[in-house]
Amino acid sequence: MSDITKLTVHETLKALKNKEFSAVELTEAYIKNMENGRHYNAYITECADKAREQAKVADKNYQSGNIRLLEGIPLGIKDLFCTKDIRTTAASHILDNFVPPYESTVTQNLLNDGAVFLGKLNLDEFAMGGSNETSYFGPVINPWSKDKDLVPGGSSGGSATAVAANMCAASTGTDTGGSIREPAAFCGCTGIKPTYGRCSRYGIVAFASSLDQAGPIAKDVEDCALLLKSMAGFDEKDSTSCEIAVPDYVSSLTGDIKGLVVGMPKEYRPEGLNPEVASYWDKAAEYLRARGAIVKEISLPHTKYALATYYVLAPAEASSNLARYDGIRYGFRAQGNGNLDELYINTRTLGFGKEVKRRIMIGTYVLSAGYYDAYYLKAQKMRRLIHDDFMKAFKQCDIILTPTSPITAFPIGDESMLNNPINMYLNDVFTVSVNLAGLPALSLPIGLSSDGLPLGMQLIGKPFDEETIFKVAAKLEIDAKFERK
Amino acid sequence: MAIDNETVKRVAFLSRLKVDDDKIDATKEEFNKILLWIEELNEINTDNVEPLISVNDVNLRVRDDEVTAGNCRKEILQNAPSAEYDYFAVPKVVE
Repeated sequence: MSDITKLTVHETLKALKNKEFSAVELTEAYIKNMENGRHYNAYITECADKAREQAKVADKNYQSGNIRLLEGIPLGIKDLFCTKDIRTTAASHILDNFVPPYESTVTQNLLNDGAVFLGKLNLDEFAMGGSNETSYFGPVINPWSKDKDLVPGGSSGGSATAVAANMCAASTGTDTGGSIREPAAFCGCTGIKPTYGRCSRYGIVAFASSLDQAGPIAKDVEDCALLLKSMAGFDEKDSTSCEIAVPDYVSSLTGDIKGLVVGMPKEYRPEGLNPEVASYWDKAAEYLRARGAIVKEISLPHTKYALATYYVLAPAEASSNLARYDGIRYGFRAQGNGNLDELYINTRTLGFGKEVKRRIMIGTYVLSAGYYDAYYLKAQKMRRLIHDDFMKAFKQCDIILTPTSPITAFPIGDESMLNNPINMYLNDVFTVSVNLAGLPALSLPIGLSSDGLPLGMQLIGKPFDEETIFKVAAKLEIDAKFERK
Repeated sequence: MAIDNETVKRVAFLSRLKVDDDKIDATKEEFNKILLWIEELNEINTDNVEPLISVNDVNLRVRDDEVTAGNCRKEILQNAPSAEYDYFAVPKVVE
């Protein structure tokens, strides 16, 4: 075998079962890539020794035949998931010494299925950002960079980079407004944000609780299906977790899509849409049509208002969630405080980065007396309209096809993005509506732009119908013939 | 609804964050840009629209009020920036 780290998870599982290599050899190969790839800055914390121990257990299980779903598969974990006895920072100074005494449900599910954890992956601070540049631990470099260092997208930038550069077999991400799908698109990976309530949020550092969902970033569609099967499921510890059985997603990958109705929302083709993005979108529709799907134009009339709605609701929820970081019970505490308010103010002012502080203040403002109705309540009403748009559209179609992002990866330190936060927020234009409506959506690579950078297509499904997404994505993947790194 | 310097200071205090005096004007400008952008939502009349609070239209579950993960004081205090006598320690609050 030339390079075992280039295999997908499902190929790796087959090889492990056939004893082509051991779990320890596999983990060592990934540790080597992780160490050789430190210039990407994808990992905040490496756990090589722990991973070696886990791999030994996996090898024993392969010998005894007691083989679990992801036995011996080396994963990277976004550093937003609490991992017992492993530092969990949310890429923030305010948590940079936090070692959780408990495990998040999603990572516990993966451990129960035999996964090996290589380390904790870089992200935008508290998952607030679309480029991984707001991390306290510095930006992550997109493995597709050529002459200039490009961003991997965000917020799960480390998760996408580590998968693209074969520094883990697959990874976990979280998605509040596109944080799995955008970096997956920028790095040529496949990622799915499941339906809100599908994965437990217990033990995931909260950003905007009514929008946050966990999901996998992986090398292909089948890997996403495998990983999601393990990550998802009802959990008593999350009051928004849904008591709906998790289907065997891998078995939904087969079967044809004849007669399936695919919607293309006309509002996702604004004037000035990048012609390459538009042409790949049409090409994807053509692939599906050739396989017997019926492609039709649909309308999501309130699309234009999704971003502004999101940038009221997400900061509002964030300002409330991040009130807990006060320097008292865990995390960083500033020195030299006269009284309690000074302790809070100094700790939070030094502990949070610029974008996080901006969002806390915007969120505090829209929730404050006198402005609540004008901004927060207004945005909740707009959220209803955006949600209802999708429900109406799904009366006419089974699945929705759109580009994932209007652009490809851009250079680290891009002035127009850094000087005007709205320009950065606009990158989320095709992804945020899905979070507002709580729907499942997957991004997969469809091809390369003329300058050689990956472009992603997004498939949006009905609530709890990840299966149709996987089925269609599997076909698109075959037709797109995208070549991974 | 443009905001002024006083509002920036008030929101900063409510957020328990400090904005340096020489940054207040810039913060105000930035906020006003964002708020102006958000005001495009007013193009749509939502008088008769129910606010959407959660996409899960199920009632939240209730559970018995019992300890499920107790006896972990030591583990929890390990993350405290300052702890004394098995308690979190803070600056003097009551004069």
